[in-house]
Amino acid sequence: MINDASLPLTSAASDWSLPSSRKVAIVCLILTETGLFSIFVAAYLFYLGKSLTGPTPREVLETPVIPTICLLGSSLTIMLAERALRRQHRRYFQLWWTITILLAALFLGATAIEWHRLITIDHLTISTNLFGTTFYSLVGLHASHVIAGLCLLTLVLFFSFRGLVTPAQHGRIEMVSWYWHFVDAVWVIVFTVVYVISR
Amino acid sequence: MAVQEIALTTSGAPGNSLVDRLHGLVVTVDHKKLGLMYVGTAVGFLLVAGLLALAIRLQLAVPNNTFLEPDVFNRFFTMHGTSMVFLVGMALVSGFGNYLVPLMIGTRDMAFPRLNAFGYWMYLFGGLLLYFSYLGAPGLAGHGSAPDVGWFAYAPLTGPAFSRGHSTDYWILSLLLTSIGSTVSAINVIATAVSLRCKGMTLMRMPLLVWLMIVVNFMILLALPALSAAQIMLLIDRYLGGHFFDTQAGGSAVIWQHFFWIFGHPEVYILIIPAFACVSEIVPVFSRKPIFGYPVMVGATVMIGLISTSVWAHHMFSVGMTSVGNTFFAISTFMVAVPTGIKIFNWLGTMFGGRIRFDLPMLFCIAFLFQFLIAGLTGMMLGVAPLNWQLTDSYFVVAHFHYTLVGGFLFGMFAGIYYWYPKAVGRLLDRRLGLWHFWLFVIGFHVTFDTMHFPGLLGMPRRIFTYDAGRGWDTLNFVTTIGAVLQAAGILCFVINLVRSAKQGKLAGNDPWDAWTLEWTTSSPPAEYNFATKPEVRSRRPLWDLKHPEDPDWQYE
Repeated sequence: MINDASLPLTSAASDWSLPSSRKVAIVCLILTETGLFSIFVAAYLFYLGKSLTGPTPREVLETPVIPTICLLGSSLTIMLAERALRRQHRRYFQLWWTITILLAALFLGATAIEWHRLITIDHLTISTNLFGTTFYSLVGLHASHVIAGLCLLTLVLFFSFRGLVTPAQHGRIEMVSWYWHFVDAVWVIVFTVVYVISR
Repeated sequence: MAVQEIALTTSGAPGNSLVDRLHGLVVTVDHKKLGLMYVGTAVGFLLVAGLLALAIRLQLAVPNNTFLEPDVFNRFFTMHGTSMVFLVGMALVSGFGNYLVPLMIGTRDMAFPRLNAFGYWMYLFGGLLLYFSYLGAPGLAGHGSAPDVGWFAYAPLTGPAFSRGHSTDYWILSLLLTSIGSTVSAINVIATAVSLRCKGMTLMRMPLLVWLMIVVNFMILLALPALSAAQIMLLIDRYLGGHFFDTQAGGSAVIWQHFFWIFGHPEVYILIIPAFACVSEIVPVFSRKPIFGYPVMVGATVMIGLISTSVWAHHMFSVGMTSVGNTFFAISTFMVAVPTGIKIFNWLGTMFGGRIRFDLPMLFCIAFLFQFLIAGLTGMMLGVAPLNWQLTDSYFVVAHFHYTLVGGFLFGMFAGIYYWYPKAVGRLLDRRLGLWHFWLFVIGFHVTFDTMHFPGLLGMPRRIFTYDAGRGWDTLNFVTTIGAVLQAAGILCFVINLVRSAKQGKLAGNDPWDAWTLEWTTSSPPAEYNFATKPEVRSRRPLWDLKHPEDPDWQYE
């Protein structure tokens, strides 16, 4: 079965290196996710002010400052965790990673409280008006990405406590952090569109 | 070292009973098996969707026909269009990408083999779910059946108020599944082509097919989410009481069209570029010349990819956009013709002065060239906004896009299948049956789709289940149907050929076409590990270098 052509070796062959397939793949994933979010953002902006009935964004939305600080801060802590892993400080890695998870959970908790208030007090549901439809879809799409990220983060922490996350796995952990940075970056857009521009 | 490890794994080959082989298909992560499974499944769906088309043509053969009920007719054209685009076209793209990219770049498998298998199964079950709608959609309520909303499913007609029952839900969910499959397959092909090329294969030494596959898969990554997002919105409308497409609550009746065609127009390039890719590999080999203008071909493909993202609303001239919008989309539509024209000239330039061998793959390529040219020209006609107002939603449009997708895409895919079948199966496809297929299909194609332009010009709208006699459409429609029957006969020859030649075809050997790319250095069919030792290349035609050490390509590139 072995009938390969042996092609002549060249001197350039020794320094042949290509980008890691893992990184290429995660960049592609981020690219396609960006496409998904763009359409929801476009829909949100397109329907801005087109609701036939209230409530309007100006009446019911409050700028979520603390949750935003939590989420953006988690980008920093995951970076610190990653650096600790690279320097083989397992305890510090676990510490920063746990803080990242807590910050993400805080963000989700704040979203839950916000939605609870909107639904019970302001009577804004996904079927109330166009604002409700587009708001819950866009923020919900982002929140579902936070939930997915939270699952990944928790899984890594679990593996770390089982002693399975070694510096050799740094490349894999780095991909989780890339995804997490992406989720944070999307929040910057969502925050700007929903809570700044639209009110 | 690597050779020994691999020899050990292949010695424990599984048994050859049917159950073993089926089990092998279910658990496989081999890019070649998955690639063939994609192509095989796509041919299966091609037959089903082709039969639907035949039924549609029989219904339209004569005026006031009652062969199909109106609602059955609606389901048939919806299922035909949806299947052909998502279950045949996209699967052939994934299949060719999966099978050929690792072989052509000299690596042993895709970057993520298990993800690859996941993509295939998502695609298969998405396809089965779509057809399960015939049984599942009526459900206990006995309401509705297969989707009947056209392949683009314009909201608000697909909203909860106008599309009762579950038929539209089957359309949404099955396409969401196949989209997930296409997306992971696209990520995989890009990661493979970027990260796993063999030594010496710089970007500008990649075979054109690999280049075109990279562009196509980037387009998939950018375009498909628009459809998925719109479908998620439609689901929210249908099940959570959302108002995205609900005009009663201020929603827009047009925005679905925008979102759909932001996906839909790149989609048609996603389908046609793999056909370009096959033609770009086959034409040089059968003209005995290297491809003419390789860097320009690469640049033109990237340009098509870029421009295709800003032409979508030429599907929507008749909804009443502003004149600025109409002008913008008309101009951008014309701009796509430039890189496409460059490609056609480059293929002709490759053939010019070459010693052309008229083998089956080349025959399909030549037919492709002429047909795709005409398809492009009618596309330009439709890009003229005022003429589009006259022709839109008529059989002229149907004829145009079937010209691109059958005369262009499908012919390119046939060329590819005739070209790489010997590599995948180890035996050549029978030439006599192949010629029958070619001529029946070419003649049938032209009888059907050349003729179909004219009822369109005479005002026959698309998607009507019948028409009155005496409008000047009768003879034209009858001729169109005759062509469809001829095409079906051609496809029958093709399928018989595929099945028979697998057992009885002439043995192909490693390199039946005297070709130049890396896949032809492997055995036919290739071993599970593709290459015992990883190859190394110094030019775009590594096999030429090997066969002609006295005059290798790398001296000139």
